[in-house]
Amino acid sequence: MLDKVIFFFFAGVAILSAGLMVTRRNAIHSAVFLITTLLATAGIFLQLRAEFIFIAQIILYVGGIMVLFVFVIMLVRLDVALHQIQFSRQKWVALLVTLALALEVGVMLWSSRKVPGQGFLLPNAVPAGKLPPNTEALAGRLFDAYLLPFEIASVLLLVAMVGAVVMAKKRT
Amino acid sequence: MTPSGYFLEHLWLIPLFPLVTAALMLLIGRRLPRSAVSFFCVGSVFLSFVHAAGAVFQLLAVAPENRVYQQILFEWITPGAMPGPGGLVNFVADWGYLLDPLSCVMVLVVTGVGFLIHVYSIGYMGHEGGYYRFFGYMNLFMFSMLTLVLANNLLLLFVGWEGVGLCSYLLIGFYFLKKSAADAGKKAFIVNRIGDTGFLLGIFLIATTFGTVRFTSQMLSDPVAYAGILETLRAMVDQGRLAYGAPILTGIALLLFVGATGKSAQVPLYVWLPDAMEGPTPVSALIHAATMVTAGVYMVARMSAIYQLAPVAMDVVAIVGATTAIFAASMAVAQNDIKKVLAYSTISQLGYMFLALGVGAFSAGIFHLMTHSFFKALLFLGAGSVIHALSGEQDLRKMGGLWNTIPATSRPFLIATLAIAGIPPLAGFFSKDEILGHVFNRHNESLIMDRYLFLWAIGVVTAGITAFYMFRLFFQVFRGRSRVATELEEHIHESPKSMTVPLMILAFLSICGGWFALPVLWGENNTFGTFLEPALRGVKDEIGGVEVGHHTLFKEYLLMMASVGIATLGIWLAYRLYLQYPKLHSKVAAAWPRLHNLLINKYYVDEIYDALFVNRVKDLSTAFGVVDAKLIDGVGVDGAGWLARVISRISMWWDKWVIDGLVNLAGKITNGLSVPVRMFQTGVFSSYAVLILLGLAILLGYYGHHMHMIVRNLR
Amino acid sequence: MMPIGYYLFLSMALFLIGAIGVITRRNVIVVLMSIELILNAVNINLVAFSRIFGDVAGQVFALFIIADAAAEAVVGLGIIIAFFRNRETVLEDEMDLLKW
Repeated sequence: MLDKVIFFFFAGVAILSAGLMVTRRNAIHSAVFLITTLLATAGIFLQLRAEFIFIAQIILYVGGIMVLFVFVIMLVRLDVALHQIQFSRQKWVALLVTLALALEVGVMLWSSRKVPGQGFLLPNAVPAGKLPPNTEALAGRLFDAYLLPFEIASVLLLVAMVGAVVMAKKRT
Repeated sequence: MTPSGYFLEHLWLIPLFPLVTAALMLLIGRRLPRSAVSFFCVGSVFLSFVHAAGAVFQLLAVAPENRVYQQILFEWITPGAMPGPGGLVNFVADWGYLLDPLSCVMVLVVTGVGFLIHVYSIGYMGHEGGYYRFFGYMNLFMFSMLTLVLANNLLLLFVGWEGVGLCSYLLIGFYFLKKSAADAGKKAFIVNRIGDTGFLLGIFLIATTFGTVRFTSQMLSDPVAYAGILETLRAMVDQGRLAYGAPILTGIALLLFVGATGKSAQVPLYVWLPDAMEGPTPVSALIHAATMVTAGVYMVARMSAIYQLAPVAMDVVAIVGATTAIFAASMAVAQNDIKKVLAYSTISQLGYMFLALGVGAFSAGIFHLMTHSFFKALLFLGAGSVIHALSGEQDLRKMGGLWNTIPATSRPFLIATLAIAGIPPLAGFFSKDEILGHVFNRHNESLIMDRYLFLWAIGVVTAGITAFYMFRLFFQVFRGRSRVATELEEHIHESPKSMTVPLMILAFLSICGGWFALPVLWGENNTFGTFLEPALRGVKDEIGGVEVGHHTLFKEYLLMMASVGIATLGIWLAYRLYLQYPKLHSKVAAAWPRLHNLLINKYYVDEIYDALFVNRVKDLSTAFGVVDAKLIDGVGVDGAGWLARVISRISMWWDKWVIDGLVNLAGKITNGLSVPVRMFQTGVFSSYAVLILLGLAILLGYYGHHMHMIVRNLR
Repeated sequence: MMPIGYYLFLSMALFLIGAIGVITRRNVIVVLMSIELILNAVNINLVAFSRIFGDVAGQVFALFIIADAAAEAVVGLGIIIAFFRNRETVLEDEMDLLKW
């Protein structure tokens, strides 16, 4: 029961602030609502016993990426953009398509609930108390089976960093 | 022993010095100060003179038979094999220099007199604009003239020949802003072209006849490979393929003589020389008296071997020479321009030279050439000095009484006048007497009258006229009452040293220049003739046709007395008419008005030429102009243009509507087909994102249907 | 313990909201934020399945996706700054150089 309360609380906050993020005129407001969404998602992660991802979500997303966003929003002069139309001409088409998608996925998920042992109501394979220490397990996996992708990811970050510097640099 | 030495080995330097300075003047002369121009230009001519004199002395060091030095610098024109006498020959025209007694005389005259005139020009041209240009042209002329006299073949000689013609044109037209000067330059150039046509044809005929244009192969390492005209001619005569009076030789000789009449101003091509007096006076002295106009004489003497075998051509030369001599002398009588008188006198004296050549007295002709270049250069320079003193006045009627006003000019002028009049012991006397003596010697004693006696008579009469008009000039300029305009009178001044010193040197040469002929007085041969003899010998003594037959000493003196007598008569007449009774000559003129008019107007020769040739050529040009405008331009060019335009219009229509139409059609079709596809390509990424989502929805719709089936089966 | 379906619905909802943001917003910065939201939705999915199956590999991939999101945000924002410097705008429908 408590699980449900916690889940719905976080999910409600996440969806609500996501919707506000998409609709706000001011980009700073959007960023604040995105932060709220991300924090709520972090709560979901905690509920799912993924402590490391929870921390990473808060530190990296909220602390890192969003700060970057706010910086850029302040660098780019947005007062002009404030008075312009915020939504593009295709918004009704877009909404229609999105609704169709939501309908399809929802129907599929809903219709899968009657399948025994899988689908919508699939239960946890492992009870919460029997889970190994999350960070240890993650680290064991990361530095064992996924060592090479991990290194590649580091290279990717390096490349992204250099690329961002090059692009944002003033042309001389 | 063959001639050798520094100066001979550096023969090529003689024409090079003036060429270098000419190039310097014409390229950067504008920026040089006058003193530098004078230094370089006069200095280069002086260096040429020194080298020429050195070369002549080194040539004199060997025996007369070996006095030939030939130097081939490089092979210049090598067209390859061409038909010649006795099969194919390898025709080569080289750039080479030849020094033999004949070119010795010429090169000394050209560089010596040329140097003096250059020195004179420093003073004379000192106040003129275009100083560097004048000296550049003068040095270019020196180069061309030296190339002409030193050339070892006819083609190179022709290069010099055309070069001096060019310089003559440039210098006559030196004051090119004056229309008469520019016209005179053009006239000289065009008239010379007529002569050059004949000359060039003569060269071609020589090349095809002998297979070579080199004068001689003497003193060359390989006489067979380097054939010369002289040797080839001798061989052909020996083989009997050419004989005395052969038509081809006559043709060659006549064609070459046509060239000589143009360059040396003989009848009928003399008309350019009087007009050439439009140039500065040093130019008249150097080019139109001393050197260039004698090029024709030099050329005929150079080809004497051929002329000696062509008696008809010789007679033509002699007759043309004699005609020119008396004709020009008679015109000189009535001229009132001091330079024009001297110009006609030059023509007349050149006629003498050709008369000498025509009777086979080549050495006498060259002798007169040399003495004439001394005293005629002196006369011109003196005239220039007089003009200088009178601030540009050239009319004889406005001179007079200058004898003591400008002594440094008048004394040398008197010497030159005496020399040209033929008073012993001055240079002109010896050379003129030599010519008349040779002409008289050809006279066949058994006949009372033959053409040589007639030619001699003409020569003697001309000598009298010469003395008359020269002293007429002298008296009018220097003696009698002054008729100088009063405003000019006070400006009369003696010329600077740079002008008078050359006059004195030339006066000295005019006195002594003829003393080579002194041995004739005691019955021996002329030293000058003996010196030249190896170069003028011809191919065979016995068929030379010139009996040098010794005339008796008595007859020699008789002839001398005849010429001196008639000269004295001329002087006396001039004295009577112009000095003793100054009014008398106008009365004489009034007594024969027609003759006077004829002489004043120079026998209307210019007018006749205008009517006969110039205007006819103009008419022809006009006719051709009409043809050009109407037929060539109208029908030909415009027609072709019209046709091309019509065709291009058709072609354009085809191109525009059919070719381009097809291309456009293909483009339009593609364009039309692309419209539905293009509509998706908005370039805005969110629309692409919509499409992605749409695709996802469609896929999921399809996949969801399958999943529905699976789920139902599981149930 | 919550069944998987709840998480999937949450994930779907966030994904679709993000998609709407990407499609309809003209401000490129907000579009980038929406993309972050989509990636986050994917993360929820991965972590949820990781929990259900008791396999930590899903969380590893979630970690990679966070790294990837960081890289993407850095490059995307760099592009935005460069573009803004040239064109003085952040509106995506003015970025139409890809047009035919």
